[in-house]
Amino acid sequence: MATRITIDPITRIEGHLRVDVEVDNGKVSRAWSSGQMWRGIEQIVQGRDPRDAWTIVQRICGVCTTVHAMASVRSVENALNLEVPLNAQFIRNMIMCAHSIHDHIVHFYHLSALDWVDVVSALKADPVKAAQLAESLSEWEGNSRHVMTDVQNRLKTFVGSGQLGVFTNGYWGHPAMKLPPEVNLMAVAHYLQALEIQRYANKIVATLGSKTPHIQNLAVGGVANPIATDSQSVLTVERLLLIKEMIDKLGSFIRNCYQVDVAAVGAFYADWTQLGAGITDYLSVPDMPLDTKCTRFMMPGGFIKGGDLSTFKPITSYSDSYFRDGVAESVKHSWYKYSGGNGPLHPWKGETTPDYTDFQDNGKYSWVKSPTFYGKPAQVGPLANVLCGVAAGHQPTVSHLNRVMDIAGKLAGSKLPMSALHSTIGRHAARAVRCGVVHENLQASWQALMENIAKGDTKTFNKPVFPKGEIMGVGLHEAPRGLLSHWSVIKDGKIANYQAVVPTTWLAAPRNEADEQGPYEASLLKTPVADPERPLEVLRTVHSFDPCLACAVHLTDKEQKTVVQVKAL
Amino acid sequence: MNDDILNAAEARLGLSRRSLLQFCAAMAATMGLPKGADAAMAGAIASGKRPPVIWMHFLECTGCTESMLRSEHPALDKLILDIISLDYHETLFAGAGHQAEAARKAAMAANKGKYLLVIEGAVSTKDNGIYCKVGGETSLALLKETVADAAAVIALGSCAAWGGVPSSAPNPTGAVGVAELITDKPIVNIPGCPPIPYNFLSTVVHYLTFGKLPDLDDKGRPKFAFSRTIHENCERRPHFDAGRFAQEFGDEGHRKGYCLYKLGCKGPETFANCPAVLFNDIGGGSWPVGVGHPCIGCTEKGIGFNKPIHSLADPLYITPPESYPRIIEEQGQGVTLGSAATVAVIGGLAVGAGIKVASNLGKNRPNDPSHGQE
Repeated sequence: MATRITIDPITRIEGHLRVDVEVDNGKVSRAWSSGQMWRGIEQIVQGRDPRDAWTIVQRICGVCTTVHAMASVRSVENALNLEVPLNAQFIRNMIMCAHSIHDHIVHFYHLSALDWVDVVSALKADPVKAAQLAESLSEWEGNSRHVMTDVQNRLKTFVGSGQLGVFTNGYWGHPAMKLPPEVNLMAVAHYLQALEIQRYANKIVATLGSKTPHIQNLAVGGVANPIATDSQSVLTVERLLLIKEMIDKLGSFIRNCYQVDVAAVGAFYADWTQLGAGITDYLSVPDMPLDTKCTRFMMPGGFIKGGDLSTFKPITSYSDSYFRDGVAESVKHSWYKYSGGNGPLHPWKGETTPDYTDFQDNGKYSWVKSPTFYGKPAQVGPLANVLCGVAAGHQPTVSHLNRVMDIAGKLAGSKLPMSALHSTIGRHAARAVRCGVVHENLQASWQALMENIAKGDTKTFNKPVFPKGEIMGVGLHEAPRGLLSHWSVIKDGKIANYQAVVPTTWLAAPRNEADEQGPYEASLLKTPVADPERPLEVLRTVHSFDPCLACAVHLTDKEQKTVVQVKAL
Repeated sequence: MNDDILNAAEARLGLSRRSLLQFCAAMAATMGLPKGADAAMAGAIASGKRPPVIWMHFLECTGCTESMLRSEHPALDKLILDIISLDYHETLFAGAGHQAEAARKAAMAANKGKYLLVIEGAVSTKDNGIYCKVGGETSLALLKETVADAAAVIALGSCAAWGGVPSSAPNPTGAVGVAELITDKPIVNIPGCPPIPYNFLSTVVHYLTFGKLPDLDDKGRPKFAFSRTIHENCERRPHFDAGRFAQEFGDEGHRKGYCLYKLGCKGPETFANCPAVLFNDIGGGSWPVGVGHPCIGCTEKGIGFNKPIHSLADPLYITPPESYPRIIEEQGQGVTLGSAATVAVIGGLAVGAGIKVASNLGKNRPNDPSHGQE
């Protein structure tokens, strides 16, 4: 008999997400994903100066801070055909890379590790053995027995206080938890260390972006950071040195800690490489531009059909019509209405008029629209990014991927096939791979900026001039959670329409015009659920996408007989 | 402070007594507290139960929480493991669904009338609040439920303090700040998009040390953070006074670090301590004006996300006064307290004069001997 469970809210994500699933014979048979919040940001920017839009749309998300600001200025620049000075490109690249690194680290350690790591079990670990294990895996400096003992003592005091705070009612002792106590202790130690490390990435973002979250150094046409090496109050050589120091610290952690830990979790949970594939059409865009017109990039992007890398079709520039013409959004199952009926709309013609109905299993059930690429749902995110990199023969991607797969293979005792990537664990692995690649880009952008300044180029800004009449643009960005696009229509220098199609829109999408499921929904099918009261397995797959909104999950009774409302709040 | 307490703290917090005392001294300094306050603070932290905090997310972007992730003195792990007991928080909570709900309800019941409620995000009031739901309840209903037994409320960030971005015209969801809906509880507004984490941490530590909230201005904001405009503490202020302005990003004045007033800087009409405390613990210049971008007035209702970036601000203070008090003048209450109200009055009186001066500022001064010199 099937059971319906509602988990609401899903925690350790950004925003308010609701997911509904039916579980039949211990496995998910149907699933719904539902965004539970709408703020109408797209309506708020209408009629405003396009130079202001980025400060408002950046507030779409404080976790994926920076990304909406970038996509917004790019959208207006794209509409104006405005070139971006090289210095500004490199400064933007550094911000994007550093933010990605922060985001990937926090996602793995602070938002999703608790799905795999049993904090309470770490109390039983032998700290000496934990240190031996950790030191056998890498040269990371935070692996000594003193560190492990300290962490365990701190944990004991914390648990002993009886006030478990954020760890209250976690899934401790759940049958799906499989790591040995020593691995759990190592992971808890790295959870705490990662809190410190992510701040190095943020220091880079803040040095250039003035603060984080929500940077404030962008401008349509470039950046607001002046370059004058003989002046006191700008981006000085001292600031550039500070950034370099942070870049080096991050590199050590990513290589010796993050990539190793992900490989270890993958090896101990090898069964999860068989689960959670969902939609295997992958879409990503190139990023980290190397020229002023956004036609050459450090990272490739494109489309892969059905998980088959030989079908890879590259997207070559930010004006590539193959991408631009392929995107549409349906609201058949979303709480919006289109004035001309319900057929999908291209984002330039997009509308955002709410039409709330409450949760309807077969009707409208989410604040998230359903985007498609040439009529089909697509999976975006680091996995799409990494697979496109491999398909394009991108050397840094290939070498980081080989490294992570090798470590996991050694720990698991057998070589892992590439097909293991199409899975819940695969998304974590891809994120760690991408993190390494992005770190190389960060280093390269810093170097490129220094070299360009050395050539005597101090330009950081091209002034935008808005023509009479209507122009349209799209701003693309391969953000930490995947493909992001902002679509703007500008009339007489004011915003006439604005639509953001964000990674979580692609991933958390409800059913589309053809009633096909979105990636979250599709990936949940066949997920085993050992204990419907504690549906940890559902969380594992949902978290693997790094959700960025507020949703809820329901597990539903097929006969609608027993309804277990696993409702939070 | 007695040694037992410090020893206990050392064991419990994994924090040396020196670090603990340094932390408290830094906090006391941030808040401008009198001598001895740091010791009282250390005592409160070192002994006793961690005070329960329930943290709710409504119409928000999680930027305020992310801001806490970047704090360094103390860091987030110290905050949640050692200083407060974070009994509910959607972004950080290990459990989900009904496990999280149960934890929140249990904490509310066990700490009835004693917990600190933190609200991140605005509350949607339009159409019965359907635009934001958590666990099937609207933010409006959840606010009322959680506030009922709270000791005090901290409205964290501009959204919770006055509506923030979602309340910008045309305010599609009827977003409002907490204080517009709750009138029978002490509320501290800590605006900012996001707020500086230390403004939050200082408020919490003040509360748990002295058992009361810090002094607030007429908008419910802590005076230790919001009693002066950005303009008053700005490192570029001398350029304003001397008439040296950047006119466009990347021009000579911009590259020389001149005042950003003519690029639309809202510092002269925005109350916040950004130039004094800075962001992300990286030293000088780490704030918007410091890197070269005008302030957008994100803390201030009616300015942030309302006025265009490049429109001119209406300065609240324009010029130095005609005469100065004598240096030996007795000091009254100090500059901060009560002066916000005075400031508003002065600001109102200055409007007429302000227009005149602002129009003077619009003129270029190519012959000004100070122009173009460093």
